[in-house]
Amino acid sequence: MDDRIPAVKMRDITKRFGTVTANDKCWLDIYRGEILALLGENGSGKTTLMNMLSGIYFPDEGTIAIDGREVIIASPKDAFDLGIGMIHQHYKLVDVFTAAENIILGLPGRLDIKAASARICEICDRYGFNVDPDMKIYDMSVSQKQTVEIVKVLYRGADILILDEPTAVLTPQETDRLFDVLRNMRDDGKAIVIITHKMHEVEDLSDRVAVLRKGQFTGDMLTKDTNAQEMTNMMVGHPVVLDIKRTEPENPRPKIKVEGVTVRDIEGTLKLDDVSFTAYTGEILGIAGISGCGQKELLEAIAGLQKVDSGDISYIEDDGTAESLIDKDPLDIKKLGVALSFVPEDRLGMGLVGSMDIGDNVLLRSYSEGRGAFTDRKKSYGVARNIVEFFDVATPSVETQVRKLSGGNVQKVLVGREIVNAPKVLLTAYATRGLDINSSYQIYDTITSQKQKGVAVIYVGEDLDVLVELCDRILVLCGGKVSGIVDGRHTDKREIGAMMTKVGGQNDGKD
Amino acid sequence: MEKTKEPLIHITKRGNISTAGAWAVRVAAIVCAMLVCAVVTTLTTGINPVAVFASIFQGAFGTTRKVWMLFQNLAILLCVSLAVTPAFKMRCWNLGAEGQVLIGGLASASCMILLGNTLPNWLVILLMVIFSVLAGAIWAGIPAFFKARFNTNETLFTLMMNYVATQLVAFFVILWEVPKGAGQIGIINQNSQVGWLPQIGSSKYLLNIIVVAVITVAMFIYLRYSKHGYEISVVGESERTARYIGIKVENVILRTMLLSGAICGIAGLLLVGGTDHTITTSIAGGRGFTAVMVSWLAKFNPITMVLTSFLLVLLDRGAGEISTNFGLNKSFSDILTGIILFFIIGSEFFIQYKINFRKAAKEDR
Repeated sequence: MDDRIPAVKMRDITKRFGTVTANDKCWLDIYRGEILALLGENGSGKTTLMNMLSGIYFPDEGTIAIDGREVIIASPKDAFDLGIGMIHQHYKLVDVFTAAENIILGLPGRLDIKAASARICEICDRYGFNVDPDMKIYDMSVSQKQTVEIVKVLYRGADILILDEPTAVLTPQETDRLFDVLRNMRDDGKAIVIITHKMHEVEDLSDRVAVLRKGQFTGDMLTKDTNAQEMTNMMVGHPVVLDIKRTEPENPRPKIKVEGVTVRDIEGTLKLDDVSFTAYTGEILGIAGISGCGQKELLEAIAGLQKVDSGDISYIEDDGTAESLIDKDPLDIKKLGVALSFVPEDRLGMGLVGSMDIGDNVLLRSYSEGRGAFTDRKKSYGVARNIVEFFDVATPSVETQVRKLSGGNVQKVLVGREIVNAPKVLLTAYATRGLDINSSYQIYDTITSQKQKGVAVIYVGEDLDVLVELCDRILVLCGGKVSGIVDGRHTDKREIGAMMTKVGGQNDGKD
Repeated sequence: MEKTKEPLIHITKRGNISTAGAWAVRVAAIVCAMLVCAVVTTLTTGINPVAVFASIFQGAFGTTRKVWMLFQNLAILLCVSLAVTPAFKMRCWNLGAEGQVLIGGLASASCMILLGNTLPNWLVILLMVIFSVLAGAIWAGIPAFFKARFNTNETLFTLMMNYVATQLVAFFVILWEVPKGAGQIGIINQNSQVGWLPQIGSSKYLLNIIVVAVITVAMFIYLRYSKHGYEISVVGESERTARYIGIKVENVILRTMLLSGAICGIAGLLLVGGTDHTITTSIAGGRGFTAVMVSWLAKFNPITMVLTSFLLVLLDRGAGEISTNFGLNKSFSDILTGIILFFIIGSEFFIQYKINFRKAAKEDR
């Protein structure tokens, strides 16, 4: 369709991991002066395809041509030599080094920090970055670290840039800034690939989209000629309804009462500062805030995993009696008869055990119920089969190790296990982070149906669009303090964004 | 146009290899190991390798007595390996099995020496069982307490406890030496046989073998089906997950290490009360460390450990035979053992990964 010579032309690329085919005869063209959004569900092979371009994996079959010349990319060094640079989801920086030291790390030639710093500043000026070359990585925010990663690949002369879900960890403001930089780089003639799950970002930023489904290339088109619905249908392979139903809370009664809770971490840093609120049955209480503003501590305090310095958290029974949850561990809470479920942020590090199979992971919550000294595996495998069927988890069997599943399926197993015991309170942290659009909507539906069953849901989220659509009320945290609680039906992204950066949100107008 | 070279080999992960396939790789590894051993033997000593292999089997199975010895050694090594396995499964590196066995043996020997003339035999044996189990458990419990409480490094701590145990035994050997100045205790209660574990049938080794067989099955069931076993796996894989579901990690660490030490204590009891009827500083014979290998090679599966400990004992018994038969010193048999283990451990790589060679002619345009 294009008579330009693509910067990158991938043809019939196939990559298998054992019996799993990650990419099956994939085609992909990347052009200079263009931002390409690479779309696909979790496990559709986007990252694998890009890893082959950046030399991390070697394709089993297929050819790659750079500027019309066929090449073999056998190592990240080969990729760099061809001007290909990838910014991974997990940053690869040395914490105790400065930005400049990280950027020139591993480059041949004489070590000249001063000259390097000058060139770094030059690159920053050119594209509108803001990096202090002498700043240590451990002093940096997530967004600054990401900037260092981008400058690092530019410094090495990359003109084909790949960004794997770069906005997953950024605030709306930081995302806007990143997009400005990416547009500058595009206008400078660089070829840019961005992997993302957020449709509005695709529409906002990209010039062209390419869609992968189950490891196969399903097509590419100009962004202006398509829309979110069409792209989603292409990714999933059948029409999907992109709509969150929000029902009115039915008969809300107080369920979890948090009063004046203050939490300090081991170093004594204040993480939660006099937080008070009440969560009601039959409603979804959203928690918004810049990452690290106390969301994790708040949920863990309720779940009995975080020591509370002062204040009280109580669970209110249906008959109105209150039960304090302070100084109780998860088993104590369970023994009290409090049906509390928690979907933590760190799925494989906390919620699940990656090397155990689905059945054994389901057993985590119920192993102590087995008869005598033994566990009841048979029962948990039965429950696991039900979860797999109900949530349509893509897995060979319930005896498959959880870490072999893709991100969306991992989360379905976790959420499934947490709701299978008919909770009265459901805590979720970043329940759809890294999930594709189809899985995300399945999770939203599940959460909404829990709410309709009268569960008090506390939903910590980062995507403000979703928070505003999904939640009945939204509590905004700012630096460990409650910045305010707003009605989800009468608020917007801007208002919440302002409250996230300043308690009470008085600094309206500032972007 | 210059074309970058395709790499000569690249490594890819295998899919789920069948059990038969995995065993085929392992058998192939042992065959390769034998071939390399044969070449090394011929090149360095000029001895016919077939004679050497025959000698190994001779050493292991040559006479009825040798077969009993083989199984006795197998039983004790397996017992110590079973002891360290629950700790290892919990990712707690108990390298103190050597000391725990020694201290268990010392407890048994003490009962035999101090109570032999005053209490009836059955009571002495009962006390031996109790005290050796307790001694082993305490020896493992001390590092476990500090790990659970202060997160100290259990590897170093347990390792150091070995030296303390060795010196304690050395001290008591001098204290109780018979006759004075002999530097050894000699056979305890030679005439009265008080505290000697009962003999089943004609062999004094049979009891040990049966006890260890029972422990093997029990450990398999404990790790696979019990709540404790499940907690051990969860703590080993992720402490955060364990806390998240309410497992008290400190208690699990302490409990598991106590179990680990207690079984080591039983190994000490079997050695002192069952076969040797004496105690020396070298009674554990390095089994506390060989057990690490047995346990890992078997991937912490008690049933597979029967095979891996059998292999190691076989090699060890055969090695002794080679050195006497051919006038070689023991180091040579260690070299052969090393080669064989290298291949066995290396075979795991080929079970998980596949090596692809560059395709000879790849021309598509």
